[in-house]
Parts: sequence; C-alpha cells; structure tokens
Amino acid sequence: MTRTVLQALLSHWRAHRLQLGTLLIGIALATGLWSAVQAINSEARASYARANAQLALGQLDELRDPTGPIPIARYVDLRRAGWQVAAVLEGPYRLGTRSVHLMGVDMVAYPALPAIVEAEQSAAAPDPADMLTAPGRILASSELAPLLREQGDLPPILESSALPPDVILTDIGVAETLLDQQGDISRLVVLSDQPRLVPALSDIAPELQRFSPSSQVDTDQLTGSFHLNLSAFGMLSFAVGLFIVHGTVGLAFAQRRGMIRTMRALGVSMRRLVVLILAELTFLAVIGGALGLALGFFIAGALLPDVAATLRGLYGASVSGQMSLRPEWAAAGIAMAVAGTLLASGQALWRLSQMPILTGPGVRAWQDNAPARRLTALAGLILIAGGTLAYLSVGGLIAGFVLLAGLLTGAALLLPLSLSGVLALFARRAQGPVAQWVWADMRAQLPGLSLALMALLLALAANIGVGTMVSSFRLTFVGWLDQRLTSELYVTAVDDQQGQEISEWLQPRVDAILPLRTVELAHETGPLFLYGIVDDPVYRLHWPLITSATGVWDDVMTGHAVLINEQLGRRADLWPGDTLELRPGHVLTIAGVYSDYGNPTGQAMVSMAQLDQIAPGAETRRFGVRMPPEDATEMAQELRRQFDLPRQSVVHQAAMKAQSRAIFEKTFVVTSALNVLTLGVAGFAILTSLLTLWTQRLPQIAPVWALGLDRSQLARLELMRSVTLAALTACLALPLGLVLSWVLLTVINVQAFGWRLPMYVFPLDWLYLFVLTLLAALIAAALPAMRLLRLPPADLLRVFASER
Amino acid sequence: MNVRALLIAIMCMLPVSSWAQGYAGLGGSADGFEIPQRGYQFEFPKDHGPHPAFRIEWWYLTANLTADDGRDYGIQWTLFRSALKPFETEGWQSPQIWMGHAAVTTPETHYFAERLSRGGIGQAGATAEPFAAWIDEWQMSGPDFDTLTLTASGKDFGYDLSLKAQGPLVFHGENGYSVKSSDGQASHYYSQPSYNVEGVLHLPEGDMAVSGNGWLDREWSSQPLAEDQSGWDWFSLSFDDGDKLMAFRLRGDRGDFTSATWISADGSSMALSDGSTSFTPLETAHVAGRDVPVAWRVTLPDRGVDVEVSALVPDAWMATRFEYWEGPVTVTGTHEGRGYLEMTGY
Repeated sequence: MTRTVLQALLSHWRAHRLQLGTLLIGIALATGLWSAVQAINSEARASYARANAQLALGQLDELRDPTGPIPIARYVDLRRAGWQVAAVLEGPYRLGTRSVHLMGVDMVAYPALPAIVEAEQSAAAPDPADMLTAPGRILASSELAPLLREQGDLPPILESSALPPDVILTDIGVAETLLDQQGDISRLVVLSDQPRLVPALSDIAPELQRFSPSSQVDTDQLTGSFHLNLSAFGMLSFAVGLFIVHGTVGLAFAQRRGMIRTMRALGVSMRRLVVLILAELTFLAVIGGALGLALGFFIAGALLPDVAATLRGLYGASVSGQMSLRPEWAAAGIAMAVAGTLLASGQALWRLSQMPILTGPGVRAWQDNAPARRLTALAGLILIAGGTLAYLSVGGLIAGFVLLAGLLTGAALLLPLSLSGVLALFARRAQGPVAQWVWADMRAQLPGLSLALMALLLALAANIGVGTMVSSFRLTFVGWLDQRLTSELYVTAVDDQQGQEISEWLQPRVDAILPLRTVELAHETGPLFLYGIVDDPVYRLHWPLITSATGVWDDVMTGHAVLINEQLGRRADLWPGDTLELRPGHVLTIAGVYSDYGNPTGQAMVSMAQLDQIAPGAETRRFGVRMPPEDATEMAQELRRQFDLPRQSVVHQAAMKAQSRAIFEKTFVVTSALNVLTLGVAGFAILTSLLTLWTQRLPQIAPVWALGLDRSQLARLELMRSVTLAALTACLALPLGLVLSWVLLTVINVQAFGWRLPMYVFPLDWLYLFVLTLLAALIAAALPAMRLLRLPPADLLRVFASER
Repeated sequence: MNVRALLIAIMCMLPVSSWAQGYAGLGGSADGFEIPQRGYQFEFPKDHGPHPAFRIEWWYLTANLTADDGRDYGIQWTLFRSALKPFETEGWQSPQIWMGHAAVTTPETHYFAERLSRGGIGQAGATAEPFAAWIDEWQMSGPDFDTLTLTASGKDFGYDLSLKAQGPLVFHGENGYSVKSSDGQASHYYSQPSYNVEGVLHLPEGDMAVSGNGWLDREWSSQPLAEDQSGWDWFSLSFDDGDKLMAFRLRGDRGDFTSATWISADGSSMALSDGSTSFTPLETAHVAGRDVPVAWRVTLPDRGVDVEVSALVPDAWMATRFEYWEGPVTVTGTHEGRGYLEMTGY
C-alpha cells in the first residue's frame, strides 16, 4: 500500500512541474546562499590555520628586539645559556608588482613546521643537504609556485599545500641571501621544551622583549567579526529562502487536500500518510540541497577572490583564492536543507494531521484572524526588547548581532499587524464599493502573504541598512584618506643608510621631509605600533583627530604626550588625559585620539625625540615628501634614477589613495552581492505566495466578476494589490533599515573593527530600491494576473455551480 | 665506541628521520668525503678536534656512577657531528650538523634530552686546544683531554661533573683503524676508558653527589657500514680487577661481525678479531613497543671471560629522533664489574 500511496502523492508533482521547480529552487536558494557563506568562511579559516601553523604562531612566545634585527651572536648567546629558541628571518619579497612574505626558519632547530613535515613525507622527499646548503630550496603553495618559477633567479621550488598562498618558506640560510640581510634574525621563537634552569632573559639579552601569543596578531580573532558578518548574511538568506519553501509546501498541501481525503477514505491511516509525506519532503530536500550545494560552491568560488582581497587588505590575512570541496561542508549543507524544509513545512503538516477525515478541499475565504495577528506582534515586541536588553546587559560583538537579530525578526513579526492597521485605515477612507472591496480583499489576503512580505521587509531593511553603512563608510573613508595622505610622495629606501642619503639629497629640493619611523611594541590589547613624527604644520592642520586635549600638538611635539588611534582607544578604553606605558617605566599622557580606518592593530604617535629614546634603533627607511604637487612626478622619476629605486619604492599620493579605495570597494563587493541575491529571493517568495493564494482565489473573484468587473480590470487590480503591499512594506522597511544601519555603524563596527563612523543618509539610494521593489512585486504578480486575464469565464461561472 | 652512533647521526642529519637517505648513501661511495686510511698517524691534541672532511664523528662519554647512598647511576653525554658536505663554512650555510644526546639513568628511571644545531655560527662545535666540545649550554671542556668538566641538562634533569683521566688513550683495531665489516668498512677509533668522575646529578628528587668511572670514545668515518648490516650491540665493561673490555657485534644478513679490545689494568690493550667474542641474549624486555635484550651472556674464551651482563634499568630507551637503547649494566660471572650497553636496530 505504501507504494500506491507514494505514487498518488508523487503524481501531484508530475501534474505541477512548475510548483516542484519552485520548491526545489526555494530549497536550493536557501541552502545555496547559506552554504556559500559557510564555504567562504571555512576556506578562510583553513587558510588562517595554515598560516598560524607555520611556526605555531599564536601558541609560542617570541623574542624580538623592538629596535631592529637580532644578530646571530645574540641567538648563540641565548642558546649557549640554555634557552631553546629557533631563529626566524622574514620580510617582504618583491615579485614583479606584488610582494609576498618570505619566511626563513632555522630548519635544524625548528623542524616541525607542517610544510616541512609534508615535504619530507612526500614521495620526492628533498635531500636535507639540498635544503640547508646553497642554493637551498624554497617552499611555496601551488598558486604561488608558477609565479616564482617565472622569476628565474630563485632556488629550486618545492610545492606545498600546507602553506598560505602568499608565503615563501625556506631555511634561514637561504632567506638571508634572498632578503639580503646577512646575519640578521627577525624574531626568536621560544620552543616549548626548555631545560630545567635557564638564566633570566634580562641577564643575557636585555634588549630583547618577550611577546606572549596573546599579544601577537591573531588572524582568527581579527577576522572573526568579518566572518560573523558573512554568517549573519548567510543566515538571513537562508531564512528568506525558507519563506519560499513554506509558501510552496503550503500550496502543494492545499491542492492535495482532495487527494488526501480520498486516500483517507480508502483506509490509509493518517500516521502512514504523515510518515510518507515526511519521507517525500526529505527526499525533495536532499535533491534541493544538492542543487543548493552546487549553487553555493559556484557562488563561493565567484566571491572568494574578492573575500581574499578584502581580508588581505583589511587584516593582512592571507586566504587562498581557490575553493576546495570539503565533505563536512556538503554534509552540513544537506542537513540544513532537510532541517529547513521540515521546519518550513511544519505548519502545513500539522494542519494536515489535525484535519478531520472528511473535510473538503479548502474553499473558505480567508477570515480575519485579529487575535493571532496581535499575538504575533506581541512576540515581535518581546524579541525587540530581548535583543536590546541582551546588548545593553552583555555588550560585545555577539550581543550586537543578537540585538540585530532581535530587531529584524521582531520588526518582521510586527509587520502583519502594522500592514493590517494601515489597510484598515485606507479601507475606512475608501470611496465607492470597488475601492472598499479592494482594501478589504487585500486585508483578507494578508495572512497568506504576510510571510512573503516579511521576507521582503527583511531583505529591504538589510539592503538599506548595509547600503547606508557602506556609503557612510565610503564617504568618511575618502575624506579621511585626504586628511591622512598629505605628502605628495612616499619613499621607501633599501636600508637606513640609503634612507639617510635620500633624506640629505632631498633636503634642498623639497618643502619638507616627514620621516615615517615605526617600531612594534607590545600592549595588553595586542601589538602596538609606535610612530615617530617631526613637527610639521601638516600634522597640526590635517591629522584626523577625533578627540583631543587642548594644546595637543604642542604637548606631543615637546615630548610630553602621545597620540593613539581609535582602535587602541576603544579597545583599552583610553582617552585624552589617560596615560599609556610604552615601555617599562616610559609613561606618557594621551593628548588625542585619531581615526585610523583599515588598520587592525593599535597605533600610537610620539615626537621623533621620544621615539629615539624608546627605540633608538628604529629604522629610517620611509619618508613622506611635501612639495608642489605639479613637480611630484618629475621628482619621483629623479629619485628612482638617482638611487636606483624600484617603481614601488616611490609612490604618489594619488596612487596610494587609488589603491586604498580599490581595497575599500573590494571589501564590500561581497556584501552588495549578497544584498542583491537576498532581494531576489524575497521577490521569488512573493511570487510563490501569490501562486499559493491563487488556488483559493476564484471563489473570491467570481462574485466580483459576476457583479460586473471584467477580467482585465480584475487583473489590473491583482497587479495593483501586489505593488501596493510591496510599497507599504518598503515604507515600513525604511525606518527599520535606518535603525539597522545605525546599529551597524555604532555597535557592530565599533565592536568588530574598533572604529565608529558618522552616519550619512542617501535618499536617492532609497528611491532606487523602492522602484526596484515595486518592479519585483509587479513581476511577481504578473503570472497570476496573466492567468486571471486568460481565465475562461466558464471557470468563474462554475464557482456558483458547485463546490468545484 | 663504534658504528653505533653512526646511524643516529646520519638519521638525524635533519629534522625528521624520514628525510634521511637511509644507509644507501653510505654504503656506496663517500661523495667527496675522506675515507679512513689504514696506518693513519694520530696527531694530538689536533685529533681531539673535529674532522669536517669526514661524514660522521662523535665525542661519546658514558659513566657508571655511585651516589653517597650507595645506589648506582649512569650518565651519557654525546656530541655527534654529521656533515652534509665535506667542508665547513661560516654562517647558516654551514653543512655541518651537530646533535647532542644526554641522559641520566637512575635505578628507577631513565631521563634523556636531545639538541640539534648546525655549525658555522658557534652554537655547537669542538676545538682541540684547549679542548672543548659543546652544543647549546651542554659542554665538555678542559685545559686538555685528560682534565674535563662536563655539563648537560634537560627538562627535568642535569649534571655537573669533573673528569680526570687515570691512564693512556686506547686505540682500537689496528692502531685506531677499526674495521667494521668483512668488506673492509672502517673508522678511526680511540678511547679514554678510565676517567675518574666526580660531581653532582640534578634530579627531580634533588641534587645527588656521585663518583665513578667514565669512558670517552672518539670516532670518525665516512662509510663504515656494510649494506647488509642492520644494527649492533655494543659493550664497554670495566671489571673490578681493573681490566676492561670493549666488544661489539654488528648484526648483518650475511652473519654477525664482531670485534673487541681487551684493555689491561695497566692501560695496555689488545685488539681481538672477528669471532673471538660471542654474544647471547638471555632475556628480553618490552620497551617502547619492541622486545629488547636486557640480559646477555658474553664470552671471550681467550681471556677466560664468561659473564652475564644485565641492565640496571630495562627502560633505558633513547626516544630521540633515531631511537636506540643505551644504559648502564652490571656484570656477574667469571668477572664482576659495571659498564654500558648500547643496542640499535631493534
């Protein structure tokens, strides 16, 4: 019997191919977007894990000399005193126009690097003699290896899947040649096994500072907020996709009521029916889920290069631009599809199981269910209050997202009541029977459409919110770039000596030379980069201070005070008047806080004299050069020629700005792509809801038709109804979107990036979105309207003839 | 001492043993490395220092010690040099790889540690005069080879000892030319088998004053193993009457190859050829997932030796990059005494 019942159930889909397609597309869209985001996130996390695993970064302490490289003799001193440390020499290595990170590790002292283990376990394990002695070997990812081969003058290359895409790993002996830093060590990794007694670091190498993992840049932590952002978007898309599933399944169940009644009358137990329908839904969910996975894989593959660019630009985190298929990802996607489908079908299934055996197919008109609407609205209010309370009491990024989720779902639940109220208002003011009928009819249809409208509300609010945030950010960022990048040229010398020469050569030729000297220190909130600045009017005039004490610049330039960036200020809750300990015993008052977008780490600025006291050996390789802008190009060429500098070593202000803007735009490519996709899904949800309603539409339309409205009029009214509801929803979405963007700017951004942005509004964008929404509603209603137009009058007449 | 550590050092040429070329590279040619020559004239103190043109070399000290409470202890201090190429140069590019092994064996436990370094930067090395051999803070040094101080430490143990030689150097094989297989592979090999040792062991339970007898081996070569040889059992025994015996067995597919040196109490020595000594395992212990003989019958009929050699602690396993068994033993039978046993390839 099972087989017969199944055949009967499945026959419905044969008769309604479009519906089947809709259902599968709904499941696929929900799963696809969700799993695309998951794939991007897991790909990025795998990349971080690879990067962190190199030298077990984030697990082992490190020794560094804030003033510069460590000489080999110091390493030997430590070793001969018993300290088990491994030497690392690293730096940027220029490859044509791009630069990669070259990491040289003492492979004798620290052999357990994943890439090394992988290499030695491979079939063509390299000979240690080749690795350690000239010319050596270099390891690189399969993405980077071909680029390196083009270079020609590099040691033989070994490919490794354990390396991030922009890292070259090699022995320290090879690295010092490639980086031209003979005898230098960048940092010493403190290995986990130390002998029972070792002398204190201060007795052997007092100039070295010990950095614990917590004070190192942890990509996972830094980028966590970015991924949380993506995940939130993925969940939103998933939820919107489920609205489609809900609509379609509801439709299918309504249409199958007659069949189910027949089957029950023939003796099929309700239990068996429910089990078989569950099996049917699961089967469909698996197929839709599989389609969704394919879609997700494609979307993720298309978006990943941009995400990788964003993460590199924003956090310096390196992420492979290549997708790999992970079984656990596929399994999670299918599971989400099945769970989502069953969740979305729950209501329909429950109604079915409660259906009296001989109930006829549903023809009853929608009845106004005011108590249910009020209950839903109450739940919405509770959610909004809960989210707000969670944020106020707990705080933090997660709580920020809880606040967002509470606001969005709460507002969505409030939507039916709000719409119903607005429609009632219109109905009361309506003149003439047709208008009154239209408003009343619209109100009556609300329960059937409300889920789709909720989806639309969410999509629109997200669009407005995220759009406002991105545009506000762009506006602020561009202004900030103008303030920050004030020098006409930025020069990077090969070393300190050349820096000195360039500086002397430039002195008589330009308005001012602004050395950019920096040293990395440790702070409890993470790494802290300390900059030294010279007294130049450009700082006093342009530097983007957010808040400052009086006489800020005089205090800084005379060496009495320090400026910090907003990130450090917010993270450590430091503001003008507070003090900051830069090195043990070296405490300065904070005179001001400046904005510093796009930088993940803490930063501070002191006068050059102070920097010399704190870190006398800080390199002097980079300068800003102030001069008349029209002479900049000529001067850049002259500099390159005079000092044989590569192109990238002398950069124009304009080029730097363009590059920064490009990074910025890439950052939000993904966001806007997801935005558009969500809106598309919402439009599709409206379509499915309208199609569902269509089945129950005839009994409502037929009397109106009989009263004299012709079919084309009815079709127009259909279209108008859809557009009006969408327009009303869009109007309600606007305030919600603005609240959303306010939360994003003042809560999420501060928590995630450490900066707070002013909010700007862009009414033209809203107008564009509004038109887009109406268009979507129009398209969604076009199909039902067309059907109505072509409906044989006989069908309408039949409503009066029988029960259908 | 002999081939024993050779494999270790070759294996450890780099990070992880899987990188090692196996023994293949050794069996065939010496790749530009010098090869031990019969009739080589040792030159001291120069030969106490390193020989970078040879592939492999070591300074290998073991000592049987007694603490104030009368209990027996053993210590090991080894510095291996393994050359990837037959020269030395300054800086990270040096092809000389150094490896240190240190161990303390108590009646209950075996502690050990390992260090790795490359030459060329001063982190590890050896000099002939004044004599010093070191890796990290581990060091064996003194004004000359007869008067040494010795230190090493690991996570939970350490020692500081002073050594004073009581007799002359002993040259194994044919005036220090020690043959390792019937195919003629050989090494340069001499020992100082009679150091008086005094000092302190640092153990988790506290410091322990100790004294006893130490045995230092010096050996270098470039291709000392026959292709069929898979491991060895090596004994250095000091009998209570003052005589000493160094004896080893190389286990090969084509049969064992044995060699020994009898060292009289007066310091004179005599090489004993292949087959003169016999080795019979009496008892095995399950150590580190394998069965290792920890009691042996060793006979040397020429000298009337028929003794049972048993480990102080069966678990004297060196779980270093190349694993082996190395620990103190006690001798009973026709002769009584103490000594050290090393076993590889199990």
